[in-house]
Amino acid sequence: MSFWVTTKRVARYGFVGFLRNGFVSLAAVFIMIITLFVFAGLLMSGAALDATLKQLTDKVDVNVYFTPTASEEQVTGVKSALERLPEVASVAYTSREAALAEFRERHKNEQTTIQALDQLSDNPLGASIAIRAKETSQYEAIAKFLEAEQASPDGAGISKVNFYQNKTAIDRLTNIIETSRTVAIAAAVFLAAASILIAFNTIRLAIYTARDEIGVMNLVGAGHWYVRGPFVVAGILYGLISGVIVLVILYPLVIWLGPGSEAFFGTFNVLDYYTGSFGFFFLTIMSSGVALGAISSFLAVRRYLHT
Amino acid sequence: MIYFDRVTKLYNGGPPAVEDITLSIDPGELVSIVGHSGAGKTTLLKMLFAEIFPTEGSVYFGSREIAGLSERELLELRRNIGTIFQDFRLLPTKNVYENIAFAMEVAGKDDEDIKADVPHVLDLVGLSEKMWNFPKELSGGEQQRVAIARAIVNQPDVLIADEPTGNLDPINTHDVVEILKKINNLGTTVILTTHNKGVVDAMGRRVVTLEEGHIIRDDKEGKYVL
Repeated sequence: MSFWVTTKRVARYGFVGFLRNGFVSLAAVFIMIITLFVFAGLLMSGAALDATLKQLTDKVDVNVYFTPTASEEQVTGVKSALERLPEVASVAYTSREAALAEFRERHKNEQTTIQALDQLSDNPLGASIAIRAKETSQYEAIAKFLEAEQASPDGAGISKVNFYQNKTAIDRLTNIIETSRTVAIAAAVFLAAASILIAFNTIRLAIYTARDEIGVMNLVGAGHWYVRGPFVVAGILYGLISGVIVLVILYPLVIWLGPGSEAFFGTFNVLDYYTGSFGFFFLTIMSSGVALGAISSFLAVRRYLHT
Repeated sequence: MIYFDRVTKLYNGGPPAVEDITLSIDPGELVSIVGHSGAGKTTLLKMLFAEIFPTEGSVYFGSREIAGLSERELLELRRNIGTIFQDFRLLPTKNVYENIAFAMEVAGKDDEDIKADVPHVLDLVGLSEKMWNFPKELSGGEQQRVAIARAIVNQPDVLIADEPTGNLDPINTHDVVEILKKINNLGTTVILTTHNKGVVDAMGRRVVTLEEGHIIRDDKEGKYVL
């Protein structure tokens, strides 16, 4: 008998079995919906956490201030050296002139300050460089590098590095970020494992109700794939149907949650995230549903297969 | 064709269900195996279609020892032995047609043969009008006739009937006996276990009597004597 004929028969029995065991199928689909909802929730909360942490991280930087007498070469030298450091994400250079213009803009309503500035024959402000690290934990290494530069014979024109003033805040933020990530991963693993187990057990129960039927199939000489195949097909159907239902229900839900999420997280809008990453969501939810249904059925039937 | 060679079967270290049984059944025979409950009738049949294996001794189907068959050969063996049970063992989520078609499908029959043979075999057991009914919609006698149709549709060499009339009224019992005789007359070996004296006497063929796991009588044209 050809592979195609067997596959066609197995698929047909899978479909028919799914429909005829309506109540059992409904229960399995319902549990799979809950499982896939947990998956979708984990994906969204993970993205929200990442966006929030990124936002916090972006607020942190280390500034190195140069003396007004520092030469252009000294400033450029430090900037190039910083750009070569693997820990550095970006450097933003502010020239002496730009620093002065910024100062004037910031104090434009303070006449005395502006007048005092005008009395000076030269620009009293030095250039500065704002440095962003890839991870908040890397600021210390960058600060150490700058200290070494400062300790060189000519001091590299560096007047001050503000890392140590911000160190406590940066350390605390680093701790919060690392703890949040660990807690989020642990919670995700726990929830995912719990929901997979629930879905697996529901499918196992569904197949338990058909154990006598499996026994009869063995008795009439049905091969393992002939017995197992229809249950795997039904498992795939549970996954596909519950996946589609979850994706459909999520849409009005994220429309409703969108403004609230933006207000709560700052820049993260759950609606934008869902619509922007729909392809990713579609593939993840559908493939999780199909894999969970098929693998659960495959394993659950094994218990009742014997020759 | 079927040969039990000094077969003993123990379950979980208890007393033997059958002990040192030697029995030969020729092709085309109709054999009734009788005995009280627990005499070992069903154990003998189960060893024949490889649901269980002997603790000692060997069971041969043709020239091949059943315990030495590969998984694939075991499946082929089962497709070559039709089975009927007291509790019918139909597939509850499949209708009558599908129950019979399923046995043909697993035997590798093509769709054309299935479409032709299923109505034919249902006609043989008098159930053509119930083709699209589900087992729960049939009486006990009708379910047993579906089980018989399923058992013979692949034209097996051997038909095993384990208490096939145990759940049936006298009229249905008579029908089943007649069908089994007809199947045997067409050349199929029929091995029947039963408690029913009327069934054994109506067959008028070979009777093997078991008691506490031993054969105590083997009559060529026997009656139910216990």
